[in-house]
Amino acid sequence: MTVLVAAALVVVAAGGTAVGPPGGPAAPAGTLGGAGLLVTRRCAVLEAPDVGLAQLAVGTVVVPLMVMLTVGANARAARKRRR
Amino acid sequence: MSRRLRLWLFAVGAAGVAVLFLAAVLRMPEFGGVVHPLRAAVLDAAAAHRTPNVVSAVNYDQRAIDTFGEETLLLTAVVGAAALLRGGDDAPPPRPPRTMEAVRAVAYLVLPVTLLLGLATVVHGALTPGGGFQGGIVLGTAVHLVYLVGGRAALDRVRPVTVYVAGEAVGTAAFAATGLAAAATGAGFLANVLPFGTAGSVLSAGTVPLLSAAVGIEVASGVVVLLAGFLRQGTAGDEAAG
Repeated sequence: MTVLVAAALVVVAAGGTAVGPPGGPAAPAGTLGGAGLLVTRRCAVLEAPDVGLAQLAVGTVVVPLMVMLTVGANARAARKRRR
Repeated sequence: MSRRLRLWLFAVGAAGVAVLFLAAVLRMPEFGGVVHPLRAAVLDAAAAHRTPNVVSAVNYDQRAIDTFGEETLLLTAVVGAAALLRGGDDAPPPRPPRTMEAVRAVAYLVLPVTLLLGLATVVHGALTPGGGFQGGIVLGTAVHLVYLVGGRAALDRVRPVTVYVAGEAVGTAAFAATGLAAAATGAGFLANVLPFGTAGSVLSAGTVPLLSAAVGIEVASGVVVLLAGFLRQGTAGDEAAG
């Protein structure tokens, strides 16, 4: 059990770190969703299924969607300015 | 406020948080140990109010005032985001964006299941894992499966944003009103004053299911209002651009 918890925490830390680095502002939307999924799994390991459910919706759907829409709107605005 | 002053303010605040956090962590019972004084206290209090889901007993009964703080915090965040995202193109785009058939089929199948799961999670907040917040998030997200099926035009048809703006206010007001009603009986703000009923039935645990439902309405509405703002700004002119 301790090994499982430790593994889940390490994977979450690695996933969280992967969200930061290169690739420009659009890349985090994907990695953010992946990291959210890892946090969901950690919730399941720590016996918190309800938190996992909320995390699944917020961390893998709502937040990455908001990032994607914001990046899209910004890109469109930049294109319009260039024209 | 100058940059220097801001940094000082941050340093004082951060130092305070660090000291309090460390002091709290050092005195906490060992993680995964055998002695759980807090669990014992919380379990007794939850059993006394016939709330099998101890997390909900904490959120909507023992520490309901904290949850009220969180709800108003969420309300403030949604109002702030809605204010920043106001304006933009209100007319729905003429035709839905291209979506893979498989994605649309899955969205069709999953939509009713997700809605039911969200509702069940809210309604059974006092009994099984979940509660207003978790269920509300699932409900708010489920609505957006319609976007995958028919794009913004379909979403705008099934999801009048004004209804959810009202829902956001009604949910928060219902939480406050429940608390005030308890205060009016002399038991105190957000005290659990209703009969506890039979453990395990949907209408048991006193005010817990009421507060759970209020939070469910507020959170689901908040997610919809928030995403509506982002979608309006983020998809404006998508189809025209091709």
